[in-house]
Amino acid sequence: MSSALVNVPPRARRGEVIEIKTLISHPMETGYRRNQLGARIPRDIIRLFVCTYNGTEVFRAELHPAIAANPFLVFSTVATESGTIAFQWTGDNGLSATESAAIVVD
Amino acid sequence: MSGHGARLLGASALTLLAWTASAGEIPPAERRSGYDFMSRETRAMQDDDTVNPGMLGVLEGGTLWARKTGTAGRACADCHGDGRASMKGVAARYPAFDAALKRPVNLEQRINLCRTERQQAPALAYESRELLALTAFVARQSRGVPIDVAVDARTKPFIDNGRAAFYPRAQSRSSTMAAPRSTGVRASSTLPAASVTTRTGASGWPATRSPRRIRRAIRSTVSNGRASARSSAGCATAWSGSAPSRTSTARPSSSSSSCF
Repeated sequence: MSSALVNVPPRARRGEVIEIKTLISHPMETGYRRNQLGARIPRDIIRLFVCTYNGTEVFRAELHPAIAANPFLVFSTVATESGTIAFQWTGDNGLSATESAAIVVD
Repeated sequence: MSGHGARLLGASALTLLAWTASAGEIPPAERRSGYDFMSRETRAMQDDDTVNPGMLGVLEGGTLWARKTGTAGRACADCHGDGRASMKGVAARYPAFDAALKRPVNLEQRINLCRTERQQAPALAYESRELLALTAFVARQSRGVPIDVAVDARTKPFIDNGRAAFYPRAQSRSSTMAAPRSTGVRASSTLPAASVTTRTGASGWPATRSPRRIRRAIRSTVSNGRASARSSAGCATAWSGSAPSRTSTARPSSSSSSCF
């Protein structure tokens, strides 16, 4: 069960560079650790993060083991038109979390 | 970390003690939140909820608030409605006296009482993910609300106990929970100004009263000071009501512990 926080400015001027922040709750278990009995703890990480702006991909990140729990990603894009910015995190154990935010561009 | 923790602890315990503190007390009007001492950049960082992983707990707490549980099949929301409105200012009043238990209970204990009595669900373990999330969710609704713990005849014995546990030096490192060790301030009856949080700024809530951080701060101060005679729960235990049994233990008064 993942929950995500995203921060997209609600309004922007056309052509303005906007900063987008995302934070998702995830253990990011590396797969290299062992439990008290010596058994390997299976890997459970987010593998891919994709951000689309009105359907167009504007940012993508591949995540790997050794990235800390609750990955916090900050990136920027150019505000081109009003619409929806959608975020998707996919990963191990069938993880697929989505979040979206509306932006108004004048 | 522990010095920082001790300061956080000081901030919260201080409000409990403010009424009983004697000489050197800072007048309420002059008390300032630690937030007031931060630079603009640090404030901006603290004000941004997106960079605070604690907000993930608040999100999860909001989900749990609406989830039906226990044999009664009721959710928090079934009695309390929308927590974002009904819980406003509630956390600021805790720990609050519980008439049935005849002792003060903190926010987590109140949530667990609701669970066992109203929802007929098992109590959540202290510091469990769910309890922290629910507590964070409830506490979040009191952001910016000044701490307003009731001090009356019923709660006074418990507050006095907490005070007695808070001020004496713990043995080997001469630290009290009242002294922010990172700044090298010796314990005294004068409370450190920077730790006063009467007016909780945007940053002061819920972080400074984060139950987990407070408990860890207490634990770390007590264990660093090797106060083996006292349980690791320290003030939290004192405040949550098991303290009266300890009052018989001889303990230096706060005035004698601050004679540096």
